Amino acid sequence: MAGQMVEGWLVLAPPVTALLTGILCLFFWDKIRSQRVLQFLGAVTHLCFSYLLVCSVLDTGPVVAKLGGWAAPFGIVYVADLMSALLLLVTGILWSVIALYNFSGGIDRNRERFAYHSLASLLVFGVSGAFVTGDIFHLYVCFEILLMASFVLMVLGNEKEQLAGAFKYLVINLISSIFFVTAIGLLYAQVGTLNFADLSVKIASFEVLPASLQMVAHLLLVAFGVKAGLFPLFYWLPASYHNPPIPVIALFAGLLTKVGLYSLIRTFTFVFPHGGTSTFQIIWWISVFTMVVGVIGAVSKMSIRKILSVHIISQVGYVTLGLAINTPIALAAALYYMVHNMFAKTSLFLISGVVESVNGTDYLKKTGGLFKHSLWISVLFMISAFGLAGIPPLSGFFAKLFLVKAAIANGDLWSVAAALGVSVFTLFSMVKIWNYAFWKNPSDESKFDIENSFLRSIFTPQMISVTILSGFVLGMGIFAGPLWELSIKAAESLTDTSSYVEAVLR
Amino acid sequence: MEAWITIVVAVLIILGFFLLMQRSISRIVLGLVVLSNAANLVIFVAPGLLRAKAPLITGESLAGFPHADPLPQALILTAIVIGMGVLAFALGLVYKITKVLEIQDVDEMRKE
Repeated sequence: MAGQMVEGWLVLAPPVTALLTGILCLFFWDKIRSQRVLQFLGAVTHLCFSYLLVCSVLDTGPVVAKLGGWAAPFGIVYVADLMSALLLLVTGILWSVIALYNFSGGIDRNRERFAYHSLASLLVFGVSGAFVTGDIFHLYVCFEILLMASFVLMVLGNEKEQLAGAFKYLVINLISSIFFVTAIGLLYAQVGTLNFADLSVKIASFEVLPASLQMVAHLLLVAFGVKAGLFPLFYWLPASYHNPPIPVIALFAGLLTKVGLYSLIRTFTFVFPHGGTSTFQIIWWISVFTMVVGVIGAVSKMSIRKILSVHIISQVGYVTLGLAINTPIALAAALYYMVHNMFAKTSLFLISGVVESVNGTDYLKKTGGLFKHSLWISVLFMISAFGLAGIPPLSGFFAKLFLVKAAIANGDLWSVAAALGVSVFTLFSMVKIWNYAFWKNPSDESKFDIENSFLRSIFTPQMISVTILSGFVLGMGIFAGPLWELSIKAAESLTDTSSYVEAVLR
Repeated sequence: MEAWITIVVAVLIILGFFLLMQRSISRIVLGLVVLSNAANLVIFVAPGLLRAKAPLITGESLAGFPHADPLPQALILTAIVIGMGVLAFALGLVYKITKVLEIQDVDEMRKE
C-alpha cells in the first residue's frame, strides 16, 4: 500500500506543480523577474516529475492515483499509461523551453505585469490534467481550465485584432464545450459510468453499438474536433492564433490542439473502439480534407505567424489519419507524429519570434537578410522547417514514413497520396518563409537591427531555447528507432486496454 | 415529467441556436447562456427522474427505498459553476469589444 501511494503521488505531481506555480506567481505580482524564475523552476520541476513518471510506467505499467481514496469507478482517478506519460513529458519540455524564452524580454512587460506567467502555468495545469485524467467528466473540467486560461491569454494586451479573434475563439470553443457536456449526460444515462476504464469494459460488452451511443460518439467527435481544429470546425484557429505574442502562440500551438487530438484518440480507441466502421470512415474523410485545406490555406498567407498557425490545421489531419486507419501501427505513427509536430511547430514559432525581433515585423515582404547575418538561426530554421516538411533525417521524415507504411499495410493508397502531396505543399510554404526572411536582402523599409534583437548573441535565452527545440527535432530523427519502439509500446496500451483497466479497477 | 423537460430542452436548444445566428454580439453571448443551460438540463433529465429519497446513508437500511442518483446533480453543479465563470469572462469581453472596437455587429468585426 505504501508503495502504491508513492506511485499515485507521481501522477498527481506534474499537474499539481503547474497549479502551484500558477498560484505562487500571483504572490509576486509586481516582481516580474521572480515570476519568470518561478515559472521556469515550475516548468523544470514538471519536466522532472514527468520523466520519473515515464520511467515508472515503463517499469511497472500504468500508474493510478485515486483522488480522495475513492475506489474507481466511483471516485475520480488520475491514470498515466505510457501515452499519457509521454505526452506529459513533452508538455514539460515545451513548457520549460518557452519559460526560458521569456527571460530578458521574450514577451512585453505590460503583459508580464498582468499575470502572464500565472496564466501560462494554469494553462499547463489544464493540459497536464487532461492528459492524465481517467474520467471523462474530469476531462471536461480540465478542458475548461485550459480554455479559461487560454481565453485570458488570448486577450491579454487588449489589441483590436486580439479582441476580435478572441471573440470567435470563445464562441466556437464554448459551443464545443456544450456539445461535450451534452454527450457526457447522454453517455452517463446509457452506460451509468464516466470512468474511462469502466466505460471501455461496459461498452465492449455490447455486441452492436446502439444507435444512441453512436450518436454520443459523434457528439464527442464534434466536441473534440473543434478543439483539435479538424476540417469543417477549425474556423476559430486562423482567426485568432496569429494575434497574441509569440510565447503565448508557441504554448497554444504546442499544446492546445494536441489536447483535442489526445482526447479523440483516447475516446475512439478506448471508449468506442468499435464505434461502427462509419465513424472511422468519417474521421478518414475529415482527416484528408483537414490536411489538404490546412496546407492550401497556409500557402496563401504572407506573414510567418499566419503561415505557421494555419499550417497547424494541416498537421492535425495527419494525426487523425492515423486514428482513422486504427491499427496499432497507425496509432503508434499518430503518436509519433503528434510529438514530432509539438516540437517542430513550437520551435518554428519561437524562431519566428526571433525573426520578428530583428525585423520588427513578421510580414514576409518586409523581412530578409537573416542568412547573411546569422548562419546559426538559419541552420536552426532549416532543421525545424525541413523537419516539419519531412526531409530525412529529421523527425518529420520518420513520422510520415511510419504513417504512410501503416496506410499501405492497410491498402489505403488514397490517404498515402494525400499525405505525400500535402507534404510537398508544406515544403513549399516553408521554402517561402526561407526565401523571404532568410535568403533575400532586407527590404528598404524594414528596420533591420541585429544589435537590439534576440540575435545579438547565440547565447541569449531566446536563442538557447530555439536551439534546444531544434535539437529535439533533429534527435527525433536520429533516434527514430528506439523512439518508434516506445510509440509502438504506447499504442499497444491503447488497443489492448486490459492492463489499463486492471490497473484502474483492481 | 421527463417528456416535459425534454421538450423544454428542445425549445432551449432551438432558442440558443437562433440567438447564436444573430449578428449582435451580445445576443450571441445570450445564445451561449441558453445553450449551456440546455446542456445542463440534458444531464439532469437523461438518467431518468424519480421520486426518491436523498442518497444519504443514515444508518437505517436503504434497501427497498429507491434513492436518487447523486452524480448527475454533482455534474450539473460543476457545469453551472464553470458556465458562470465563462459567462463572466464573455460579458467582460463583449464590454471590451464594444469599448475598444466600437462595434455591436459581427459583420463589422470581419473588417477589423
